[in-house]
Amino acid sequence: MEQHTIYLDNNATTAMHEDVIEAIHQANMLYGNASSMHMAGRQAALAIEQGRQSLASLIDAEPSWVVFTSGASEANNTVFNIFKERIDLGSKRNRMVTTTIEHPSIIETVKYLKQHGYKVDECPVDHTGRVNMDAMKSLLGEDVALVSVMLGNNEIGTIQPVAEIAELAHRVGAYVHTDATQAIGKIPVSMKALGVDYLSLSSHKFYGPKGVGALVVKAKAPYTPLVHGGHQEGGKRAGTYNTASIVGMGVAASIAQRDQKQEQMKLWKLREMLRVGILERISNVVVNGNQEHCLPGTLDVSFPHAEGESILLYLDMEGIMVSTGSACASGSLEPSYVLLASGVDIELAHGSIRFSFGRYNTEQDVAYVLEKLPPIIKRLREMSTR
Amino acid sequence: MTNFMSQWVYTPVVKDHFMNPRNTLKEDEQFDADGIGNVGSLACGDQMEVLIKVEDDKIADLRWLTYGCASAIASTSMMSEMAIGLTLEQAYHLTPAAITEALGGLPEHKFHCSVLGDKALRAAIDDYLVKQGRDNPFKKHIAKTICECKNVTDVQIEDLVKTGQAKTLEQLQEITEYGTVCGKCKQAVSELFDEYKHIYNV
Repeated sequence: MEQHTIYLDNNATTAMHEDVIEAIHQANMLYGNASSMHMAGRQAALAIEQGRQSLASLIDAEPSWVVFTSGASEANNTVFNIFKERIDLGSKRNRMVTTTIEHPSIIETVKYLKQHGYKVDECPVDHTGRVNMDAMKSLLGEDVALVSVMLGNNEIGTIQPVAEIAELAHRVGAYVHTDATQAIGKIPVSMKALGVDYLSLSSHKFYGPKGVGALVVKAKAPYTPLVHGGHQEGGKRAGTYNTASIVGMGVAASIAQRDQKQEQMKLWKLREMLRVGILERISNVVVNGNQEHCLPGTLDVSFPHAEGESILLYLDMEGIMVSTGSACASGSLEPSYVLLASGVDIELAHGSIRFSFGRYNTEQDVAYVLEKLPPIIKRLREMSTR
Repeated sequence: MTNFMSQWVYTPVVKDHFMNPRNTLKEDEQFDADGIGNVGSLACGDQMEVLIKVEDDKIADLRWLTYGCASAIASTSMMSEMAIGLTLEQAYHLTPAAITEALGGLPEHKFHCSVLGDKALRAAIDDYLVKQGRDNPFKKHIAKTICECKNVTDVQIEDLVKTGQAKTLEQLQEITEYGTVCGKCKQAVSELFDEYKHIYNV
């Protein structure tokens, strides 16, 4: 492996921290079922409780609020299911409100609910991907059961005014959920300060293992399990504890909390270096998203007359790994719904590239990308219909 | 799928044509084309232009430009190699399946990206014949019957979509009466209709 490899797809997933790998390795030896009363079970349960505390501490929540899940998709599905059930039971609050740029685990859940006759409104966003607050206000009413707004967008990095929305939603008596998956580890997240009742997160976005996450639920918020069949998590989520992964997530949470400040600054610095460098070296470029309210490591750029999948694969040949909002890379024929919902021109969506930085990236990585990217764009533009 | 995904997303032939596309029109190149075909659109994420030179009813030379993904670039590049030297009739009958096969296959959801190359080539030949004031003898030969009850062919559907005479499926049905007898063809017609709308950006 002589080739340079530069991983700039940290919003898709991150490489596990070495301390996390070591902790998981050790925890794999805790073979007991954490629900068992005997010694092996108690040892596993103790490790899990430590993980719970570390995670709660990272997001400024009570440990008792944490419900471990298989990840954020399950957590998001669980939240909508809670309110679907309440509506089924005849609640007068029978409408839910979310946005047009949520993660697919919410977008698709909403689509499913609508097909089954439930009322869900999707609040539009402005051209930077920020929730249109006037539209949000007009959607809130006494009939709203749940308001769900993501904290930071996975694709363009736009950060939503979740605390403000939570206050407005609580005023009309609705419960509030935020999918904080992309924000955790990148910006400080305090569940108490946000004022939300539910928060979803996923471990693999902050250098923890894949397949584990949590739904964090305030003590008095309504709850219905999605997975039935056991008394784990106080009956909130059945299934034998995934001890090693929970331990790994806990260690990742501690590291994230410890390093948060310098990580945040470093990610923003690298992102800005790349943004400025691209604008200096390549003409006719559009930077997507909100440049003021933005996750520090996310840079989404459109290159007109160069198609996203082609850019991605040419970059991959140089060892640079990114992602694209192009239709061609998605398997469908539709380009990024996030960009389209933000009113970005469809041609620009086809040519969008997301660079997402992580803790292992360096300034040298940015320099390497700035060396390799301009000729690729030039080449594709020369080949393109004009 | 899993196996070659771990190697590269596409076959080695696709990779080669993507990395080293053949017969592209260079930025400063003078190419006096006898026929030009343009299909697709930037909004759809793929657009293709094919320029041909014709001598003795053969494709003497060909250049192309593509805005598109790796499969689109590779399939146009492969098409260009296959088309040069063919008679107009042979070139007109070049199919996406033949191009895909020469590429060693494309993932299923990428097959759609390979249909633009041969369409653009056909459009260039059409353009050449129009410019020459000649009839197009090839069209009827490649027609495939889609609606057997009312004898509606794919070429007919393509023409009606391309020229804007059928803007909706309902209009298409009014004109051709497809699917009004046994109704078996409805799904196939609807798929073709969407494909042509996409290709001709109407």
